[in-house]
Amino acid sequence: MIVIIDYGVGNLFSLKSSFDAIGVETIVSGDEEIIKKADKIILPGVGAFCDAVKKLKDTGLFKIIKAEAGKGKPILGICLGMQMLFDKSFENGEYDGLGLIKGKIRPLSDIIPGNLKIPQIGWNYLKFENNKHPLFKYINEGDYVYFVHSYYGAECDSVIAYTEYGASVTAAVAKDNVMGCQFHPEKSGDIGLKILKAFSEWEA
Amino acid sequence: MITKRIIPCLDVRDGRVVKGVNFEGISDVSSPIELAEYYSKSGADELVFYDITASFEGRKLFTDILTKVAKKIFIPLTVGGGINTVEDFDRVLKCGADKVSVNSGAIRNPELIKEASLKYGNQCVVISADIKRVDGVFRVFAKGGRENTGMEAISWIKKCVNLGAGEVVVNSIDTDGVKKGFDLELLSEVCSAVNVPVIASGGAGSIEHFIELFNKVPDVDAGLAASIFHFNEVKIKDLKYKLKENYIDMRI
Repeated sequence: MIVIIDYGVGNLFSLKSSFDAIGVETIVSGDEEIIKKADKIILPGVGAFCDAVKKLKDTGLFKIIKAEAGKGKPILGICLGMQMLFDKSFENGEYDGLGLIKGKIRPLSDIIPGNLKIPQIGWNYLKFENNKHPLFKYINEGDYVYFVHSYYGAECDSVIAYTEYGASVTAAVAKDNVMGCQFHPEKSGDIGLKILKAFSEWEA
Repeated sequence: MITKRIIPCLDVRDGRVVKGVNFEGISDVSSPIELAEYYSKSGADELVFYDITASFEGRKLFTDILTKVAKKIFIPLTVGGGINTVEDFDRVLKCGADKVSVNSGAIRNPELIKEASLKYGNQCVVISADIKRVDGVFRVFAKGGRENTGMEAISWIKKCVNLGAGEVVVNSIDTDGVKKGFDLELLSEVCSAVNVPVIASGGAGSIEHFIELFNKVPDVDAGLAASIFHFNEVKIKDLKYKLKENYIDMRI
């Protein structure tokens, strides 16, 4: 069973429906026992970094997620959920994340030319870093996925895929059992479903 | 690089798609679910559902349909029509919409944009404006294009973006339904005024019109159309291949 963590933000309906579509059982929950019992964790998120981290802390989920991931339970962060896996974010200040992925979240405006729009909204392609990561076993380099973001993962040595938006921009990260996508697999058509399928089959 | 987007728009009244003709493999062209699936398979980058129902019952049907669509289709869904309050945002977002488009509701109460963008993020709030030339000036029209608000269009759009709208749909009343091409003049003006994605609407009659749009107004992010797709005059797959052949970035 995969648990989709519910802490009051994000479009959980689409995520749940995506797993339904590939025949993978999920439960949407913010309950400690359920999260501890689950085989895998999905950490979703939209909105501002500091609000989301605060909500995770207020609900007590921050520590639980950190502990479960620390024990080797596979976890996939999506969009802001990926960003929260990092050490730190510089979105409207300086805030600590879960510290499961080494690196920092910085504004896209730091690296992309001024004529490009922020947020990056739309479909962009994936460029794999080094060898193809198992998360991408059903897709190919160059496949398109859907992005909506204004910040990106910087100073990170766990990048498994980039996209090009005026610069090389982190699209996905992985370190052992901890994985994250900046893009929305649940909004990326068949390609996105194939990534979720690969995650559901992940063997720790 | 990020691609240009092709977006079919479905008008829904009492749970049925208003326009529509025959498509291969679709038995019921007025079923929003079947049509949405067809478009998604054809390569649509996003779908817009516009609720043109006036009644409460119709509205309930609309949200039921939206839920069914969002269970089956995994590309971004934008919903518009009858959005007047933050509660309306909540109602459609819970059914699986990703973005919500406001038009008359924002004209009546511009603060709606601010409230909604603070609550759901700028990326979630789309301002849709119906615009028409009156004595050589672009004016914003309300109530489905029937009423001149007297507001100058470019400053209105700028105001909406400053309030937090993360995307703009520019619907030209002058070119809408004429099928002679998008309103390039209006779109250029909007693109130079704002730095959020701009979606062109109104006037598409052929593949050439989309090529012209993206070549002449390169800052436009997406082309939206209804009838040419519903009447199968242009197939999304053919359109996207042709655009790619013309060196316009497309997700194929």
